[in-house]
Amino acid sequence: MKRLRRAFLAPAWAVIGALFLGPLALVGLYSFLTRGAYGGLGQPWTLENYTRLLDPLYGAILVRSFLMAGAATAVCLLLAFPVALWIARAGPRRNLYLQLVIIPFWTSFLVRTYAWMFLLRDTGLFNTALQALGLIDEPLPLLYTPGAVLLGLVYGFLPFMVLPVYAALERIDRNLLEASADLGARPWATLTRIVIPLSAPGIRAGAVLVFIPCLGAYLTPDLLGGGKQIMIGNLIQNQFTTARDWPFGSAVSLALMLAAMALLVLFARRGAKELL
Amino acid sequence: MSNVGPVLELRNLTKDYPGHRALDGVSLEAPPGAFYALLGPSGCGKTTTLRLIAGFEPPTAGDIFLDGERINDRRPYERNVSTVFQNYALFPHLTVRGNVEYGLRRRGFDGLERRVREVLELVQLTGKDSRYPSEISGGERQRAALARSLVLAPDVLLLDEPLSALDPNLRKQVRAELKQLQRRVGITFLFVTHDQEEALSLSDRVAVMHRGRIEQIGAPEDVYLRPRTRFVASFLGAVNWLDGAGIRPEATRISRTAPAAGTRSLPATVERCVFLGNCLQVEARLATGQTVVAETSRLDGGFTAGESVHLWWRAADELLFPAEG
Repeated sequence: MKRLRRAFLAPAWAVIGALFLGPLALVGLYSFLTRGAYGGLGQPWTLENYTRLLDPLYGAILVRSFLMAGAATAVCLLLAFPVALWIARAGPRRNLYLQLVIIPFWTSFLVRTYAWMFLLRDTGLFNTALQALGLIDEPLPLLYTPGAVLLGLVYGFLPFMVLPVYAALERIDRNLLEASADLGARPWATLTRIVIPLSAPGIRAGAVLVFIPCLGAYLTPDLLGGGKQIMIGNLIQNQFTTARDWPFGSAVSLALMLAAMALLVLFARRGAKELL
Repeated sequence: MSNVGPVLELRNLTKDYPGHRALDGVSLEAPPGAFYALLGPSGCGKTTTLRLIAGFEPPTAGDIFLDGERINDRRPYERNVSTVFQNYALFPHLTVRGNVEYGLRRRGFDGLERRVREVLELVQLTGKDSRYPSEISGGERQRAALARSLVLAPDVLLLDEPLSALDPNLRKQVRAELKQLQRRVGITFLFVTHDQEEALSLSDRVAVMHRGRIEQIGAPEDVYLRPRTRFVASFLGAVNWLDGAGIRPEATRISRTAPAAGTRSLPATVERCVFLGNCLQVEARLATGQTVVAETSRLDGGFTAGESVHLWWRAADELLFPAEG
């Protein structure tokens, strides 16, 4: 039985080993090397790639990335919770509504981000509409702003918040809500004292699912931020492409991963404490 | 004032769901301090009745009066009734104390500490107050649910099959505790069950429900010994149907010799004699082929299959249903 179980796991381990652990080890290795004269990898072994991260220039990018990802997560939660609650109470049509939440995934994220560029630019839908209505004279600077990046991230990752929160809400026993009202709680008290605490696992899962990819996002800040709102993802991309500094790119990648993992562990700890 | 009239009154309560009528003109009055049972098979409307009183659903027609006031349009949190749910519906993220305090905090009561301590003592949960519902036994959960409702001193406590989630061995013990508790707090209990033994042993008044209607209301002895309909007779216990009358197995006597004149009797053949511990259950077949069950004392001796016997009973023990024809 044990051997059979191991045999079933073998393909998964092979994939993880070849496509995740192997490359990760390579990245780890690179991060201690020096950039070669023509952009390749060279000796000597060094820690300089990591000490460079302490440069305020990169610190600012790091802080901005965390703030941006945090803001996107918060906005996603605020938007997703009522939607999830509504779907959970929609009765037999809830499957249809869940499908609608997922529909954006039918097209490529890249295409959808370009669509936002068309909407937000100076001659885009919003600005021309506002101008046609006579509400503004000059086009509003919408594209290439932190707001545009935030919008893009929220838009892209909202379903990752809606789905786990919905799953948690849907599992709440209706009797608990009735019991709460029965004991004298008005709807708002029931929401804050019963519904939100009981959906905490879903909220936590959604927060992780949104925060981590937002932290490493590069497409959205690149296209909607116009390279002015550079985030860690863009920094890494730059090192591997234009800057041709693979060792530093590797170091930034690993640092990002470690930061994300530290956050996850912190979250998991709190989750475990709440369960006890 | 409130101890003059009924604390709870239902008048012609009707509830329609798409395609079926769950409640069809239910009327009843529960006097203050009563232990009132709503007894009936599943789907008879007893739980619906409870949900309408609690305010979870609106009635289609009819009125609900609490302490003489019509409460139809009040939200659940505006009604001074409280429900003990079948699955107890304790809040899993709150401790026993958190659950018990919940209603008091929502209603802004004073003297929270003392009230909580008293009610936990009452239901013997002192010392378990910092446990979570998942960390206590089924019986303790039931008492926690009771405490959570009782601490609010409701006019009526609604109990939806409160014993059905307990294991059968525990049920009888909890039954006795529940009865004692009700006497001590003096709150009117309206208690829904499908178990006739539970209804008879716990309550001082029973409403037997069938297909959304009340078939009969009365004291436990009334509904058992003087059922108004065949449904009530057979729902409350086994019945042998002989010549249009019903006779309970324990009123059906069995003897080897012909019974005295003045009693009613039929000759029969013993088919089987089952030892039930506290009594013997004798199944006998009449000449018509009908099987009759009699319960006799173990002390009267057993019967063997194939034996010819006389089944007899007193006219007074016959259950008659003139209204049903």
